[in-house]
Amino acid sequence: MSTDTTPDTTIDMNLDRHILRRTDGNDEEIVVNFGPQHPSTHGVINFVTQTNGEVIRRSVPEIGYLHRGLEKIGELVAYPGYMPFTDRIDYLAAMFANEGYAVAVERLLGIEAPPRAQYIRAISCELCRIASHFISIGTMAQDIGAATPLTHALREREAINDLLEELCGARLTYNFHRIGGVAFDVPAGWTDKVLRFLDHLDSYIQEWDRLITFNKIFVKRLAGVGVISREKAIDYGLVGPNLRGSGVKFDIRRDMPYGAYSDFEFNIPVGAGKVGTVGDCWDRFFVRVQEVVESSKIIRQAIAKLPEGDIQAKVARKVKPEAGEAVGQVESARGEMLYYIVSDGSEKAYRLRVRTGSFMAMGIIEELSHGIMVADLIAIIASLDVVAPEVDR
Amino acid sequence: MTQEELCTQLGAQFGDAVGALSETKGDRFVTVKVEKIVEVCAYLKTTVGCEFDFCRDITAVDWPARKVIEVVYHLYSVTHRHGLVLKVEANREAPAVATVEGVWKAATWLEREIYDLFGVNFTGHSDLRRILLPDDWVGYPLRKDYQEAGGYHGIGNTRPEPLVQLAKATDEVRKAIAAEAAAAAAAAAAAAPAPAVVESAPAPAAAPAAPAPAAPSTERKP
Amino acid sequence: MSSNVFSPPEPGTGVLFTNTSVIDDAINLARKNSIHYLLFGLACCGIELMQTGGPRSDLDRFAAIFRASPRQADLMIVAGTLTYKMALRTKLLYDQMAEPKYVLSMGSCANCGGLFQASYSVCKGVDKIIPVDVYVPGCPPRPEALTEGLLRIQDIMMCERWGTKMRPGRKDPNAPMMISAADKAK
Repeated sequence: MSTDTTPDTTIDMNLDRHILRRTDGNDEEIVVNFGPQHPSTHGVINFVTQTNGEVIRRSVPEIGYLHRGLEKIGELVAYPGYMPFTDRIDYLAAMFANEGYAVAVERLLGIEAPPRAQYIRAISCELCRIASHFISIGTMAQDIGAATPLTHALREREAINDLLEELCGARLTYNFHRIGGVAFDVPAGWTDKVLRFLDHLDSYIQEWDRLITFNKIFVKRLAGVGVISREKAIDYGLVGPNLRGSGVKFDIRRDMPYGAYSDFEFNIPVGAGKVGTVGDCWDRFFVRVQEVVESSKIIRQAIAKLPEGDIQAKVARKVKPEAGEAVGQVESARGEMLYYIVSDGSEKAYRLRVRTGSFMAMGIIEELSHGIMVADLIAIIASLDVVAPEVDR
Repeated sequence: MTQEELCTQLGAQFGDAVGALSETKGDRFVTVKVEKIVEVCAYLKTTVGCEFDFCRDITAVDWPARKVIEVVYHLYSVTHRHGLVLKVEANREAPAVATVEGVWKAATWLEREIYDLFGVNFTGHSDLRRILLPDDWVGYPLRKDYQEAGGYHGIGNTRPEPLVQLAKATDEVRKAIAAEAAAAAAAAAAAAPAPAVVESAPAPAAAPAAPAPAAPSTERKP
Repeated sequence: MSSNVFSPPEPGTGVLFTNTSVIDDAINLARKNSIHYLLFGLACCGIELMQTGGPRSDLDRFAAIFRASPRQADLMIVAGTLTYKMALRTKLLYDQMAEPKYVLSMGSCANCGGLFQASYSVCKGVDKIIPVDVYVPGCPPRPEALTEGLLRIQDIMMCERWGTKMRPGRKDPNAPMMISAADKAK
């Protein structure tokens, strides 16, 4: 089997007619559709992979299988009514999507949420970050081949689902934040339940580390695989744990502070090449595990300092910002989620743009795919934590 | 560097190809002439002191009233922690902008998405084809004058709504019964004016006892 | 659960006896307690599908396990929004499943387009391309709702007669359930 890794010149992208096809001449090379229905692609994404046996020559992602036109719907629906749609942009970290949209519209209106609302937003968002990271690291372990850690992760996520259901009524698509604040106040006794959960979580993370993070097989599968250098990560526009795993200490909560995050003390975990090279898959995985610990710290501080007051600023029923534009960004579980809203003075947005972290992460996969094994491709996709709705919107 | 300083430096370098910092409500931006966008971006990336190494977002806004499609660049510098927004106005009839793929690799997919949804041709792009919609999709959906084609490959885009039709049909039947009852009451009133008050009372009560309206046909198949 | 939820079988269609068939019940009991469902999580409902198969509300206690390949599955749980781009692949996957196969449409998006009915790229319901047996409403449906949907599929399975290999009320197994007048004209 040759180890020639120069990519071929063209790939036939007319996939409606081809499922499997042989290239001219070389018998061992096939073009195979890896997706869109596949348990390991984290949603409906297709990777058109040109392989020479087990070694990939080139893998081109093909997206759009979940393109639901959310940006066009933003022009059809009034500002307050768009909040449920933001949940569906990234359903694993829906609180961030809610908050990003609320922050962007608040910037257009020139208002700010009251302090209690900002603290409740921070608590709900950090809980959501823990839940999202659990799915990410659980499915990553499953893609590597370990089936049990996913059930562990889902069990912990169920506890968070219960907490958030008590807070806002929904398990997955919360629709909790509002323009100007949050929808509901914290129920009585809820903060005690959260603290009990965090006590359990802090001891559970150590079990998780023993089970999978420092597991010899897991480390061997991921160390040195899919290395993204610092310059490449910035050039390709990666954000979030993908960027921090390559050693770049950039976090919206620190560098473009919003909400109540300036009141909290927490570290920004950065990839350091602990078991392999800086910027490999294991670094991105470990950054997420460490972020769970940091989120736990933030929630504890937020609950301790939770101020009294309103949970929503005074906003008119029909939200009609002046003509102009604003950008709202939040540090979502998958990186910076940027909302760019252009208003023309009416009660519906003129243009609503969402730039998500997973979309940028997909752009780098073709670059990383030359000469790797099929199993490594799966590890890379899992470590970049892509979810299809963020990619396609 | 603040946005004013950056704008001044750009103005000094490029003259009138770069406009002034905008004064609109909300975030401020700099309008750049279409021909110069690649040079401006390369300058911003390489100049010491600016070093805009991070392309946060490239997007487009359709303004049919002004006959332009604006392409908006949100740039950021991770080294210096400052940001800038550039805008380019492309002619709406045949929108074409040079690609900045050579400056930031992030632009590759972002520009493909703008081509897919707005139809802006990025000259010099290595791989300009549709990214989110199927390859044989007709039209550019995010333009303001986009009309849906009525389905795709034989799959229609309407859906029968049997409950809505049932409600409408039931309303019609109810109106018909009420009209009959009113006509009967009017006839009784014309025949005997005095006991009309007593006689008309049971009439509407008897009407709903009439045989229940036949279930209207719906489009639902069993 | 009684097997006469739908109309009783026609005379002469049981395997050995005319009206009731113990053999049919035994076969269906075996079939309904070993459903392999295709992992077809498209969107948010896919996460709830994962969590329904997860530790708390366990689909495995009904011996329903997930399979990634349609060739090994007999229940297709369409969980999430179906776009036109995906619709063609969905039909392909449905055709790749072997009979007897069932389809459970999970969530509003799969039922009728759901939240995204105004969108240009969303197929208004999965029953426009494949026939659906059970619709589970919700956005997303709770695990308890999806479990109820699975139990309804099991009820359908119990009503089938091996002799006719036909589901109650279904004349042509390949016809889509709802066709609008506009689609009929095409």
